[in-house]
Amino acid sequence: MACMNTDEKSGKTSESMYAYTPGLKIKRYTEVVKVRKLPLKGKVLVNLGDVLSYDDTVAKTTVLGDPVFVKCSQILDVEPEELMRYVVVDEKDFVKKDDVLAKYEALFGLLKKQVCSPIDGVVESISGLTGQIIVRGDPKPVEINAYIPGKIVDVMPEEGAVVETSATFIQGIFGIGGEKHGKLKVLVESPEEVLTEEAISDEEKGCVIIGGSEVTPAALKHAMDVGVTGVVVGGVEHSCLVEFLGREIGVGITGEEDIPMSLIITEGFGRMTMSRKTFNLLKQFEGHTACINGSTQIRAGVMRPEIIIPRQEESESSSEVEISAGIMPGTQVRIIAEPYFGAIGKVTILPVDLQEIETESAVRVLDVELEDGEIIQVPRANVEIIEE
Amino acid sequence: MAHMKKHLDEMQYILATDVGSTTTKARFFHKTEETWRFLVAGEAPTTVEAPYEDVTLGVRNAVREVEELTGHQILSEDGDRIVVPYDGKGGVDLYCTTSSAGGGLQMMVAGVIKTITAESANRAALGAGAIVMDVMAVDDGREDYEKIKRVRNLRPDMILLAGGTDGGTDLHVFQMADLITVSKPRPRLGVSYELPLVYAGNKNIRDHISTKFSEDFALKIVDNIRPVLDQENTEPARRAIHELFMEHVMSHAPGYDKLMKWTNIDIMPTPAGEGMAMQFIAERYKMNVLGVGLGGATTNIYSIFDGRFVRSVSANLGMSYSVANVLKEAGTENITRWLPFDLSDEVVANRLMNKMIRPTIIPQKLEILILEHAVAREAIRLGFQHHKTIATRLKGVQVTRTVDDYFEQALEETYIKMMNIDIIAGTGGLLSHAPRRRQSLLILIDAFQPEGVTRMFQDSVFMMPHLGVLSTVHPDAAWQIFNKDCCLRLGTVIAPSGIGKLKSEIFSVELKMPDGTTRTEHVDFGQITYIELGVGQEANAIINPRKGFDVGTGPGHKLSISLTGGEVGIILDGRGRPLQIPEEPELRKSLLMDWFDSMNLYPTNALKMVGDV
Repeated sequence: MACMNTDEKSGKTSESMYAYTPGLKIKRYTEVVKVRKLPLKGKVLVNLGDVLSYDDTVAKTTVLGDPVFVKCSQILDVEPEELMRYVVVDEKDFVKKDDVLAKYEALFGLLKKQVCSPIDGVVESISGLTGQIIVRGDPKPVEINAYIPGKIVDVMPEEGAVVETSATFIQGIFGIGGEKHGKLKVLVESPEEVLTEEAISDEEKGCVIIGGSEVTPAALKHAMDVGVTGVVVGGVEHSCLVEFLGREIGVGITGEEDIPMSLIITEGFGRMTMSRKTFNLLKQFEGHTACINGSTQIRAGVMRPEIIIPRQEESESSSEVEISAGIMPGTQVRIIAEPYFGAIGKVTILPVDLQEIETESAVRVLDVELEDGEIIQVPRANVEIIEE
Repeated sequence: MAHMKKHLDEMQYILATDVGSTTTKARFFHKTEETWRFLVAGEAPTTVEAPYEDVTLGVRNAVREVEELTGHQILSEDGDRIVVPYDGKGGVDLYCTTSSAGGGLQMMVAGVIKTITAESANRAALGAGAIVMDVMAVDDGREDYEKIKRVRNLRPDMILLAGGTDGGTDLHVFQMADLITVSKPRPRLGVSYELPLVYAGNKNIRDHISTKFSEDFALKIVDNIRPVLDQENTEPARRAIHELFMEHVMSHAPGYDKLMKWTNIDIMPTPAGEGMAMQFIAERYKMNVLGVGLGGATTNIYSIFDGRFVRSVSANLGMSYSVANVLKEAGTENITRWLPFDLSDEVVANRLMNKMIRPTIIPQKLEILILEHAVAREAIRLGFQHHKTIATRLKGVQVTRTVDDYFEQALEETYIKMMNIDIIAGTGGLLSHAPRRRQSLLILIDAFQPEGVTRMFQDSVFMMPHLGVLSTVHPDAAWQIFNKDCCLRLGTVIAPSGIGKLKSEIFSVELKMPDGTTRTEHVDFGQITYIELGVGQEANAIINPRKGFDVGTGPGHKLSISLTGGEVGIILDGRGRPLQIPEEPELRKSLLMDWFDSMNLYPTNALKMVGDV
């Protein structure tokens, strides 16, 4: 709902609900809930209250095998409607690879032709209209694991379950690669430092490694070679991502890449100093196991990549902060567009009237006092709230 | 179906909304002294996603903003419905909406021959406002297993199956039908959703098709899309898609069941509304029209050429969500060729990727605005390139070639000839929000490259979809609002086709201005400039192209014509067609700077500083 703010200069009020961009979540201690759902109905293997580890299976099912079209009438050189005379199997029969499906003999057996099944499977249909037999391959098993260690707090019969854990939770801005876990290792001294190849050794096998402002292409390749499961850095050059992935990314929907290592950037493209808060949290929990997911979806229903550091054994007050009030004077924000990209400060004024900026656009702006005391004016659309 | 509470003549207030994927936009219209006008706009975030999962919340918020701005109450006391009709105090006489929330209508299309029935089916689905996820055909070059894998991954909202002329092939249609059924496509809207399938193929096999799709599909059979080879009949399929969109797709989307009860006419996909508005222009002016809807995720191109309407959608060309894909498709060099300053490929790529991952940011510096305008030119250019592959002559029809055709290299793919396009119209956030109207004008000119004499229009505050859906029941109101408040007349561009030498004169124009004065302008090759001529004003002109240059009357031939003014005026474009941009970087940058300067495109002082961000 709209939140009314007062412009200190004019005393007018403004609605701020349309102004703020919710920031990325960086929570020191919070409850993380993950819905683990099958793509199709199946069997749930856990019960309410069960305590699971990362790789424990929550539910499993099978998906239909791939169908294969066998163009029988074409191979036998008969009309489609004649096919039924030569078929030697029935629908729903199990067949093995190379089993005969249909055969044709003429001239007292001198002229022989036959069609065999190309796969193991079940005869799904025999069509006198198309002259085709469809053999359906064996069903494929599909399993979903817990991803995060935690307790089952809800079970959805035939569909899956909900896992809950206490954790440190950090969202990135963009990532690639799916769900992974590994021990956190910070390989740079500061969030400004670039992660290079030299910093990565064989000891990082199976780890989630943390860099600073950027990762070099050579470092990414080396990390993959030694078997690192995840890389978290502030930024990455576009060309480096292209080199790593072997292709350009066109739309911001990722997570399905067939790569053994996930990459998460926390700030943006280019060299970007990692937010100090993010860096300090990751540094503090070095040695802990982190669950990461590079999947990103930049569309309505946005999904950001995440770093979850489970802390089941510990207890701390939750750092959940209600931010529904939107931006107000005093709100801490990060600037997310040039020319002040990455700068952090406190909102001082939210002028009501539209202001003309350098481009001559009349936009809603706000004044931000940066950490060094400088006050700058930026479009409201170009800041995000720092959620703590 | 329309359920009017009042006769059209008695209406005084109309509300129209567009439920977009990120923003719901309300537009409020009022009739004063027999004329319909746009009153005010209200906008709010769309609420189709969790935690809201009810689009009417976003509609309500957008309408509340309209209420606050006008003091006119539209919602009921409990806020749970729109009051219809206007009762003398509050409410509206008509409420209608378009929608593209949740990704719009996503369809898969199948036919037998790629360039015949599959192409016609594609045109029908696009014309109905769908995003076509894939076009399958027996001869599309993919193996069966590849097609099956694709169908299983697609998760469409609806399928259109065509194939065979009436009494023609049945075998291949059965094969495509088999392919669809065995793939068991999973609908995007959940496992309980019965996937709608429109069959518009060979009528002789309808019984078999009915049996084939009796389970798991909501089948609708309509007239064949290609009853005979030389006839394309897309209208029945298009209508069926709209009906199924309402009955199945919309009714499964969160909150739409309620929204459907609020509206007086069927909800229409946003691009279909936009397309109606473009058709509206063509009908009213009786001219050939080319239009673009340049969005954040998609670029829709519309053409109405010699009465034939075609829409194309490039689902991954857009200015925010899909901006990185424009970079990918166009290549960095095609984007930077529009920049009058140096910017490294890496900086361009990083900036556009940052725009993609944070789609709502706006350019604060002029340099970034100019970069976005460069991307817009390329998005439209690529979208138009795609459009021309759809706006084609009917394939499979024997064409009688003349001797001249044999001297031409081949029959041209598209029937769209820029020389015969009379009007170009643009809509979408980037165009509407351009700080100077001449910026959107030049983006449209550079991207489409009109030839001869072409009028240029633009949507003022994004209400073409609203007026498109309104035009289906109240065309007079829609036209009055469109004419007065929606359609900005930017001006008329004169652009001779042909290529010459820089700084050599290629045409002159003699203008009799509305105040009775006469002026003559000479335009050199590589030059663009403009003459102020206000909205609604006309000037009689004699355009005199030099040898080798054509404005529609043949190379070197004069054209006498009445030119219409606009917010910018008459644009004299001597940059050649195809438009010539020098490859040599310094020459290119200096020429671009000249164009920007002569068109007064950007603020002069800030322009001098670009490159210093």
